[in-house]
Amino acid sequence: MDTIADTLHRPEGATQERLPLLAWLHEWVVTVDHKRLGIMYICTGLAFLLIAGVEASLIRFQLVVPESTLLSPQVFNRLFTMHGTTMIFFVAVPIVFGFANYLVPLMIGARDLAFPRLNAFGFWLTLFGGVLLYFSYLAGDGLSGAGSAPDVGWFAYAPLTGRAFSRGNSTDYWNLALLVSGTGTIATSVNLVATTFSMRCRGMTLGRMPLLVWMMLVVAGMTLVALPPLSAAQIMLLLDRFLGAHFFNSQAGGSAVLWQHFFWVFGHPEVYILMIPGFAFASEIIPVFSRKVIFGYPALVAATVSLGFISVSVWAHHMFAVGMGRTPNAFFAASTMLVAVPTGVKLFNWLGTIYGGRIRFATPMLFCTAFLFQFLCAGLTGIMLAAVPFDWQLHDSYFVVAHFHFMLVGAIVFNIFAALYYWFPKATGRMLSETLGRWNFWLLVVGFNLTFVTLHFAGILGMPRRIYTYPADRGWELVNLVATLGVPLQAAAVLLFLINVVISLRRGKPAGDDPWDAWTLEWTTTSPPPPYNFETPPEVRSRRPLWDLKHPDDPDWVHE
Amino acid sequence: MTSVVQPVPEVAAWDLPSRLRAGVVGLIVAEAALFAVFLVAYLFYIGKSLSGPYPREVLEAPIFISICLWASSGTVWLATRALHSGHMSRAGVWLLVTVALGGVFLGGTAMEWRRLIVGHGLTIGSNLFGTSFYSLVGLHAFHVTVGLAVLTLLLVFAWTGWLRPTHREHVEMVSWYWHFVDVVWVLVFSVVYLVGR
Repeated sequence: MDTIADTLHRPEGATQERLPLLAWLHEWVVTVDHKRLGIMYICTGLAFLLIAGVEASLIRFQLVVPESTLLSPQVFNRLFTMHGTTMIFFVAVPIVFGFANYLVPLMIGARDLAFPRLNAFGFWLTLFGGVLLYFSYLAGDGLSGAGSAPDVGWFAYAPLTGRAFSRGNSTDYWNLALLVSGTGTIATSVNLVATTFSMRCRGMTLGRMPLLVWMMLVVAGMTLVALPPLSAAQIMLLLDRFLGAHFFNSQAGGSAVLWQHFFWVFGHPEVYILMIPGFAFASEIIPVFSRKVIFGYPALVAATVSLGFISVSVWAHHMFAVGMGRTPNAFFAASTMLVAVPTGVKLFNWLGTIYGGRIRFATPMLFCTAFLFQFLCAGLTGIMLAAVPFDWQLHDSYFVVAHFHFMLVGAIVFNIFAALYYWFPKATGRMLSETLGRWNFWLLVVGFNLTFVTLHFAGILGMPRRIYTYPADRGWELVNLVATLGVPLQAAAVLLFLINVVISLRRGKPAGDDPWDAWTLEWTTTSPPPPYNFETPPEVRSRRPLWDLKHPDDPDWVHE
Repeated sequence: MTSVVQPVPEVAAWDLPSRLRAGVVGLIVAEAALFAVFLVAYLFYIGKSLSGPYPREVLEAPIFISICLWASSGTVWLATRALHSGHMSRAGVWLLVTVALGGVFLGGTAMEWRRLIVGHGLTIGSNLFGTSFYSLVGLHAFHVTVGLAVLTLLLVFAWTGWLRPTHREHVEMVSWYWHFVDVVWVLVFSVVYLVGR
């Protein structure tokens, strides 16, 4: 198959000589190439994944036995705040935007994003936002000498963030770090939207775009609408804390609940901003490993777009326990249950793709298969929590923790691993080891389910979130012990992945242009692609341009 | 499967929207979302101040400077039109008028704030009215300032001859941003000076 791709887009002299370390570093720092920035985004995300993973492990080890004294309550508060903030803003966001960066131009046959320098700006803002957040450990006590890292929870509810309750500068670090990185994310979203609308190669109509590009377009559009509300609320919080404004100060008539609304107007779409890229990876990987064209492309696109719209009208289901009154509760319960429709459509799209296919269970497909099961479970507990009385019972319990970790880890992280295994050969020219990949998969699937299936039961048994310890007579010992047993397995899985990367970079099997026998444009160019991606801009006649090249006797455009 | 190679259809040439336009529309959408939240906060806090001064007592609708700002949308449009037809010096004059009108608006806002702070003792920390008023109007004034800086830059370029008819799309994008800032002022004006009093 390589030969067909070879004849078309293989550029000459794509090999690179080795540069001295400093020159090499300099090249990466000043680059505006979407592929390098994409890789840097993903590496940033993985580095923060290790940090936030250590924080999660400490939290679990603190809770493994009742009345544990491993961590003080103050340290515990900082850990869950930093864990949540880091995982959302500096792990998930950089990784999914990194993939969008790397893949969108390649998939639409463009040479770069619409605004390469803006892209570099966005990346560096994200990275320095993360550095700023962690700098709080050194400087969080500020002039008043109180505080360290932020300890107000990842959603930083008022009045915890008020001057009276959060002295020192820890909350300001949370605030400014997210304001900075959020600006970078908005810049990159503008860039992705402009790229998708204005940079497509000839013949790449909207109806022929790969599903990943469609979904990243929806994600970028949602980010443009959803992230500025957080920035606005954070500007208000800055005014409250530094200029004595009263937005969230209830003593002067301000409203703490308003902060919750503003936060979740951002916070819920954010879940889908992270989830839809997961869908995007699955929608590219599942067809290739089922050897079938995706089932119901238009339905999948329509479901994604409608999910984008629905997602901005469900935010207050995070606030049922606040006491909003009957009408808002009924509205947000109904709109939340509506989410099940497009996501259900998607599940059947993927199942329909797999059905009757010639399935190859390579590592990316393994992760996607586990994703289908775990995503279904996460969706079902989501519908349970959408029922207001049920939510009242279990809100702020470990049931909610288990639910959203099933979504964020069981669905998103699993698909991120699938994507890492799938596109690593394209980015580096070498395959990741399948043996280590399988170990990675099984350790993660067992460890993850051990921890998070169990935490559902902890929640049903009444264990509240964010408690740093618990008395011995509550019947929570067993579930906490089992949940913590999953931690070393998951940690081992992540470490195995890193080992796999290091080994494969040096000794991995050369990948060739198209190791998976795939169909989208990124596989027509070399691995790694040259800085200009395609020597001649490609022309597209169907949704699977590479299939058309490989099968001139039966091209897709005859059927579409 | 037949082994007959299917004839390859020609791919039609096409025009995609310019990336500048797509990018500026994206930016405006994000800015609109930002302003929406400040507007909602203002509306939410109307009448909730626990102590004075209240808007009814101290606010006066700044009609003159508002007309200046809205008029500047017209003059920046005239500037882009002059640029389209290649009249560089006329474009420079309209840019100058735009900057002057924007400057009058900012100056008027400054005088209003001075009157409120010095004359009535209303600061951002006085009450919820002060909090939401200064943040909303201030956020808008900040956007006017950014727009003015960019327009001034264009004006300098026009004077030095660096601005050419080929730059008309760039100038048009600046004018889109400026129109957006003016539309936001319609909303802010309505909410603060009509609804809020």
